Amino acid sequence: MSDATNLRAFRAPTDEAPLARWLLIGFAALALAILVFAPLIVIFAEALSKGWSAALSSLNNRDALAAIRLTLLVAAIAVPVNVVFGIAAAWFITRFDFRGKAFLITLIDLPFSVSPVVAGLCIVLLFGANTVIGSWLVAMGFPIVFALPGIVLATIFVTFPFVARELIPVMIEQGRAEEEAALTLGASGWHMFFTVTLPNIRWALLYGVLLCNARAMGEFGAVAVVSGKIRGQTTTMPVMIEMFYNEYLSVAAFSMAALLAFLALVTLLLKTLLEQRHAAGLSASRKSH
Amino acid sequence: MGRPLLYRSPMPGLGLSMGITLTMLSLIVLLPIGALLLQGVSYGAEGIWATVNRERVWQALFLSFRLSLFAAMFNLVLGVILAWVLVRYRFPGRRILDAAVDLPFALPTAVAGIALTALYAPNGAFGALFKDLGWRIAYTQWGILIALIFVGLPFVTRTVQPVIAEIEREVEEASATLGAGRFHTLTRVVWPMLMPAALTGFALSLARAVGEYGSVIFIAGNKPLVTEIAPLLIVIQLEEFSYDGAAAIGIAMLVISFLMLLFINLTQIWSRRRIGYV
Repeated sequence: MSDATNLRAFRAPTDEAPLARWLLIGFAALALAILVFAPLIVIFAEALSKGWSAALSSLNNRDALAAIRLTLLVAAIAVPVNVVFGIAAAWFITRFDFRGKAFLITLIDLPFSVSPVVAGLCIVLLFGANTVIGSWLVAMGFPIVFALPGIVLATIFVTFPFVARELIPVMIEQGRAEEEAALTLGASGWHMFFTVTLPNIRWALLYGVLLCNARAMGEFGAVAVVSGKIRGQTTTMPVMIEMFYNEYLSVAAFSMAALLAFLALVTLLLKTLLEQRHAAGLSASRKSH
Repeated sequence: MGRPLLYRSPMPGLGLSMGITLTMLSLIVLLPIGALLLQGVSYGAEGIWATVNRERVWQALFLSFRLSLFAAMFNLVLGVILAWVLVRYRFPGRRILDAAVDLPFALPTAVAGIALTALYAPNGAFGALFKDLGWRIAYTQWGILIALIFVGLPFVTRTVQPVIAEIEREVEEASATLGAGRFHTLTRVVWPMLMPAALTGFALSLARAVGEYGSVIFIAGNKPLVTEIAPLLIVIQLEEFSYDGAAAIGIAMLVISFLMLLFINLTQIWSRRRIGYV
C-alpha cells in the first residue's frame, strides 16, 4: 500500500464521515436548487417564452419606460441621501463617546424590523391629503403621497440602515489613531476626511451602496402603499410588474422582472468580488469564509 | 456625579455629523412612526380593539404569525446546515452556492412573488408535479409558507457562518480525545456554541416574514379567513381610505412582533446564561 492511499483512508476525528459529508453537501445543493435557482430560471424562461422580440417589445411602451425612468430617478435620489446619512451616523457613533449610543443604533436599525407596508402606512398617515401637514402641502402644490416625494421617502425609510450598518463595524475596527495623527500633523477636518477616512472606508461604503441600491430599486410593499399606482407617473418597476401581472400581461411582467433579476445578479457578483478582493476593508461578518 | 452626556473629543465634525444623524433619523423614521402611534392614540384603545377583534383580522394576524414561525423554524434548520456545509467543506461550486444564499436579499420581493407563483401554480413546473399527487401549493397556505421560507432563507446562514469559522478545532479535538463520537461532539459541543447566533438569525427571519408583503400576495390567493395575510389587510383598509382601521392593524402587528422579539431575546439570555458566552 502506498502512502497516498493511507492518507486518503485517514480521517481526522474532527471530520464527519465521507458519506455524511456528501449527504450534507447534496442536501444543501438540492435545497438551494429548489428554493433559489428554480425561481431565478423561471423568471427568464417566462420572459422569453414568446421569444426575444416579444420580451423586448413588451417593455418598449410608454408605461414600461416611464416605470424604468422613475425607478432610476428614485434610486438616484435615495442612494446619495443614504450615503450622506450613513457616513454622518457612522462618524458620530464611532468617533465620539456619548450616552445612549446603543439606543441610537437600535433606532437606526428600526426600519429593518418594521413591515414595509407599515412603513408606507406611516408616511401616508403623516403626509396624506387628509392630514394637517399633507393638506397644507397639497394646497401649496407640493403633494407628497401619491407623488414622487412619497415614493422617495418610503424608499429612504426602508433602506435607512444599509450604509450605516456597513460602515460602523469597519470604523470601530480601524480605530481613531490614523485620524488623530492627521489632525496633529495639522490637517483640517475635511482634508483629514478625504485623505484618511474615506480611503479607509471606501470598500465598505461601496458594499453598503450596492445593497442599498438593490433594495431601493426593488422595494415594493412600502412604495405600493404610497404610490397610488397612477400609470406612467407613480409606478416604479416593481409596481409596474404587479400591474402587468394582474392584467395577465405575463410576458411584460416577467420581462420587467427579468431586468430587476439581472440587476440582482450583478449586485451579487459585485458583492462576491468585494468579499474576495477587498475583505480587509469590509466588516468582519462580511468576509468570505 | 453621573457620567457626562458627551465626552470631550478632539475629533472634528461633531456638530455636523450629530446634526445630520439626528435630523434625518427624526424626519424619516421617528416622525412617521410617531404619526402612526398618534393616529392610534386618537382612535383610542376601544377603537383599535373593535377593529382588531373581528374574525377576519384575527385570522389574518394568526395566519401571518403562525406561518412566519413555521418558516423561521424551517430556515433555522436549513440555515445551520447550509452554514456548516459552506464553511467546513470544500467542494466544486461552493462559491456559487455561497453567493446564491444571498439572492433572496438581492431579488425584489415582487419579482420573487411572481416567480414562485409561476413555479408552483398548477400549470407550473413544480405545481404540476404536486398536482399529480393531489396537492395544491399556490393559492393555499403552503404557497405562503414557501414564499416566507424564500425571503427568510439568508438570515440564519449569514449569522451562523462567522461563528462556525471562529470555532477552534482544538475544542472538537478535546471532545474526540475524551471519547465522544462525532455526532455526540456536534450535538453537545458545537451546537451550543452556534445556538445564540442561530437564534439571532431565527429572530431576524421571523421579523422579516411577519411583515412580508410583496413575495406573498401573488402566491397567496388572498382569500379572506383562509389565505389573507395581515399586511394585505392594511393595504385593503388604506384603499378604502379607512386610516383608523389601517393604523389599528399596523399597531397590532407592531405590538405582537415586539412581544415575540422580546420572548426570543429572553430565550437568548437564558441560553447564554446556561451555556456561557462564546
